[in-house]
Amino acid sequence: MSGLLMLATVTPGGGLSRSDREAITAARQLAGALGVPWDAGLVGDVPGEAASAAAGAGAERVFAVHGDDFLPSRYETDAAAFEAICRKVGPEYVLAAESARMHRALPGVAYRLGGAVDTHVCGWEKQEAGLVVQRWFYRQRILGRFTREKRPWFLLVDGGVVEPWSGTPREVRYESVPVEVSLDGPATTVEGIRDLAGGEQTIRPDAELLFVAGAGWTKKQADGKTHVAEAEAIIKEFLRLSQASLGGSKSVVDQSQEGQESLSFMTHLHQVGQTGSTPRHPKGLATCCHGEEPHVVGWRFIRERRAVNLDPGCGWAQGKADVLYVADAFEVMAKVNELLRGA
Amino acid sequence: MGGFHVVVCGGLVPDPLQVLQPVETEKGPALKNEPMLPAILDPWAAHALYEGDHLVRSREGSRLWWLTLGPKAKLQQLLMTVAQKVPFELVVLDGPAGGFTDAWEAAAALANGIESLPGLDRSRLLVFGGWESASRGAGVTLQMVGERLGIRCQFQGVDELTVLPDGRLRLLERVEGGRHQISVCAGPPAVVGWATGELPEPPNNPQVGMLNMRAAMGALQRATPAQVGVGSIRYLQVEVPEQRRDTRIVKDVPVEEMAREIVEWIRRS
Repeated sequence: MSGLLMLATVTPGGGLSRSDREAITAARQLAGALGVPWDAGLVGDVPGEAASAAAGAGAERVFAVHGDDFLPSRYETDAAAFEAICRKVGPEYVLAAESARMHRALPGVAYRLGGAVDTHVCGWEKQEAGLVVQRWFYRQRILGRFTREKRPWFLLVDGGVVEPWSGTPREVRYESVPVEVSLDGPATTVEGIRDLAGGEQTIRPDAELLFVAGAGWTKKQADGKTHVAEAEAIIKEFLRLSQASLGGSKSVVDQSQEGQESLSFMTHLHQVGQTGSTPRHPKGLATCCHGEEPHVVGWRFIRERRAVNLDPGCGWAQGKADVLYVADAFEVMAKVNELLRGA
Repeated sequence: MGGFHVVVCGGLVPDPLQVLQPVETEKGPALKNEPMLPAILDPWAAHALYEGDHLVRSREGSRLWWLTLGPKAKLQQLLMTVAQKVPFELVVLDGPAGGFTDAWEAAAALANGIESLPGLDRSRLLVFGGWESASRGAGVTLQMVGERLGIRCQFQGVDELTVLPDGRLRLLERVEGGRHQISVCAGPPAVVGWATGELPEPPNNPQVGMLNMRAAMGALQRATPAQVGVGSIRYLQVEVPEQRRDTRIVKDVPVEEMAREIVEWIRRS
């Protein structure tokens, strides 16, 4: 058991997703730190561009599992394919991107190989103790550095930790790895992907800006009335003009789910924070958000943070945001839209 | 086909409003005053419990177990609230519930717990749980439980499960970009790691609470000790990073000026 294996999935047409190109960068860095060679294992469509990208980045060998059974994201076939590649290569370390597909399949593969798995890895270094990795515990509140004895050691690297690989590809011949599929075929059929209800896509993982709406948008305003329809219009226009990704605080998301008057497009998928997601965007703008620690958790990986709300002593913004605008978010964001429109 | 045998795996976590400080112990890292911290049922596991209840009520002949790994004393406190939500058969594994333990060992304890359930029909088994916990937050335990039980249909980040007329299961799993993947599996056995699902938190029902508590006290007394620790992990450092920023407060200036500054900031790369 030696070396490092980078695992990725091949998109229809033979390419790689952004997260898998990040995995290539991470594999280069980690293999360099460990002073070991690395191979690539690809599952999905016939790897064309994907194999060349891995080879161009320095993969010594490229292994692939492809065919109709392995195109869809499905635990049963993904686990079988990744297991077959791992058994063929016999790596000490296995690295992959923290994608929904990898996250679902690789823990089971690690179990089958008697190894260990760590997800949401956000840093690593070679120390005397061996490879030391870094990840968050308790929903991004406590940071841990640790090593493990068990091998193979699977590492799923969080998105945004490294830049996606964009170097020169190199022609390579990949080796196909056979995988036995049950004679009855897979027990699960993948029917497709469904967008959020309502049609408009408001979650954009690659956006420069995360816009977080808090429950203040749905509360009574200075005139003693709520203005939810106006809030919706302002937020939607801002998202369209700025191409920002939308996030929501727990309170505003719960309002939507419990049938109270709230922002109609807000779902649990938008929720950031302790019980939601912890997205990675270069910038974040929070509006009408209150409450301290749970919100900070959701903003852990936002580099530049600004907030608009009416309370200058807001515990969430003070010491957590770079700039706090003390003003009515309705007025500020309406003006922001006006300026963006005029561009 | 008869009903489902739904086993919900879910533990307790510190109330999210608590300040968490790590400390070193003989058994590895832990939280300061961990036994005293107010606890809640892990939020995503709670959704799994509510969805499990919804499913068994819709299918005659179904059963719902709540299998939980945690310190007995704290679980007893937690029951005062959880027991009023939905009816379940409680099974307790007495062991640590902290986030620094090894998922491998937790999975082994949970899988053994499931295998030991009296009257469980493995051909009707649905293993439910949260897709990640609010403690370890790794999202790997359920897959390992499934592997130990030989279950090849597994789903993570599930927001919806529908039983089709022919008995197959249709599931919506979260994928990148705020979208859902739609899959149909042949039926149980399956592992389902829930995200938030679609159901709101049920209101407290004192009658359900009394029913649950009568059986739950016996379950707590019969709790099986679970050997769960840090396993193959060697921690070098565990800390709460200092992340205080110098916040610039902008107030008593015209809204136009604030808006202009925000737009300039958004446009700056």
